[in-house]
Amino acid sequence: MSTPASQAPEQDQDTYGLVVVSAGTSDPSSTRLLADRAAQRVAALAASHGGTVTVSVIDLREIAADITTALTSQLTTPALQQAVAALGAADAIIAAAPVYQAGPSGLFTSFFHVLDSDLLIGKPVVLAATAGTSRHALVADDQMRPMFAYLRAMTVPTSLFAAPEDWSDPALAARIDRAARELVLLMESGFARRLKDEAWQSYQHEYGSAGGTETAIDLNTDLMRLATGGSAE
Amino acid sequence: MQFGIFSVSDITRDPVSGETPSEAERIEAVVRIAQKAEEVGLDVFAIGEHHNPPFFSSAPTTLLAFISATTKRLIVSTATTLITTNDPVRIAEEYAMLQHLSKGRMDLMLGRGNTAPVYPWFGKDIRASLPLALESYNLLHRLWREDVVDWQGKYRTPLQGFTSIPRPLDDVPPFVWHGSIRTPEIAEQAAYYGDGFFANNIFWPKEHYMRLIRFYRQRFAHYGHGTEQQAIVGLGGQAYLARNSQDAKREFRPYFNEAPVYGHGPSMEDFMDMTPLSVGSPAEVIDKTLTFREHFGDYQRQLFLMDHAGLPLKTVLDQLDLLGEEVVPVLRKEIAARQDPATPPAPTHAGLVQATYGDRPPRQPRPNANRGDNVTGPLPYTDSVPGQAAAPEQAADPQHPADLEQ
Repeated sequence: MSTPASQAPEQDQDTYGLVVVSAGTSDPSSTRLLADRAAQRVAALAASHGGTVTVSVIDLREIAADITTALTSQLTTPALQQAVAALGAADAIIAAAPVYQAGPSGLFTSFFHVLDSDLLIGKPVVLAATAGTSRHALVADDQMRPMFAYLRAMTVPTSLFAAPEDWSDPALAARIDRAARELVLLMESGFARRLKDEAWQSYQHEYGSAGGTETAIDLNTDLMRLATGGSAE
Repeated sequence: MQFGIFSVSDITRDPVSGETPSEAERIEAVVRIAQKAEEVGLDVFAIGEHHNPPFFSSAPTTLLAFISATTKRLIVSTATTLITTNDPVRIAEEYAMLQHLSKGRMDLMLGRGNTAPVYPWFGKDIRASLPLALESYNLLHRLWREDVVDWQGKYRTPLQGFTSIPRPLDDVPPFVWHGSIRTPEIAEQAAYYGDGFFANNIFWPKEHYMRLIRFYRQRFAHYGHGTEQQAIVGLGGQAYLARNSQDAKREFRPYFNEAPVYGHGPSMEDFMDMTPLSVGSPAEVIDKTLTFREHFGDYQRQLFLMDHAGLPLKTVLDQLDLLGEEVVPVLRKEIAARQDPATPPAPTHAGLVQATYGDRPPRQPRPNANRGDNVTGPLPYTDSVPGQAAAPEQAADPQHPADLEQ
């Protein structure tokens, strides 16, 4: 009962699930475009190592009302549950936001605010942001990265940023390639999965706080001893 | 199986009339609602505990004592009693007194409370809420079972030779439910002591509740109180009834839309799809309620939230007529036909007395004379035995079942 167990089925050695979270609001959106370019590079690089990547996309504009409902009413709608399940099963994530008023959009941050706080532990993440001016170039590193640090996700060293002039600059493609390679290496290492198997209990948890995927309840704790008539430390 | 209602004691503006009831009006109304619950054949009335406006129920035992004095059959209970900010000694005393005055027609549900500012008003800290709750209940459990308690803990001043008075009615402690929605330690404590476990069941996804109740049942069996099937489970739920579905939805919608907890959020239809809320005809409410046992197993107590969100008294009383006359009789019949015969009955004082004493007369403690120092000492009662805590050892008599918790 005290050993952590994952409900996820044994991973097929060379098949990876990549989830793109995009907070772009137009269709097509430049935010989604940036995320898709990164996703394609990830799939191509993994393929060159003999792996297969299945890409699924969570387009936040489609579940915007579900996100605000969860924020204000503690109610997780089926659409939001689906997004949680997808992220819980993801081997790697690309998280992309447009910059509004010098920060990632509220839709983007609100989505991560209502996620279970243990859902992303150890998962590799590429951060990406788009803006109308290059003055917002540090939003991904300055503002998005701390939230993922709190979620204990594994952000890759290179984050992506695209202002209008970057779309025609080969340097963006080079950065996309670099970030994708970082993500692929972390993904292939199985870091998140091994962390969950070997060290899950060493992270602070609440019951059900990883999308309900952790099934074990640790009985060997001070609180459990207190629950059964022991004394507080 | 017991059916009843629970109220959080909110004083909310009626969004239809625009009127906000006074505290006096709401307190009078809730007494009427509890009495009505008995009149329409319900078994339980439970009230919450709060210490800030816009709520009124800060002193549940006073309210429940009055209700029990004006009813004959109704079990009065709480939803919940705060095991964190209340001194467990005061809980032991107040609820034992309520138990005597109601002739055993009471029990209580413990909860932690999640409003951070309330804790410091009572000298506590929400950051220690869970260990505080667990330690306080360990003490409360002993205070009702041992005549003389020596105790030392982290969150309360120590006790030396303390006797909580009055001793429980018939020396059988009130039945305790532990309310929790996602805290396995609370489920473990309920299981360890063989107490009841209650899931408020207002917000889903229900999977959290299902896993926690399954865990509680497994641990209840692990600690030897019976099979998993014999664990004591209670569930909340909420309903609004009218003769036909359309009227129910039309009447309740303005209250739903401005309800303190979920108003201004999801649509009523979405909320009904996703949670246990039923708004509809008696048949619809019956159908939805019957699904609960399929998710959580056979259970002992179903409480409905029906008095909230500014609904006027007359409406609530009409709701209770429909619930008592058209819904609960069908539920009783349908559940009796479906449930596993091994399902234990809901806890009552009479049942606990029978389990503790069999055919023997219950213990009736009589104090020894005051020695003039206002302290009764280590042998407080005429039947106290030196070196022996009175109640639990009595039950160890081989003639009688040792398991007090049953």
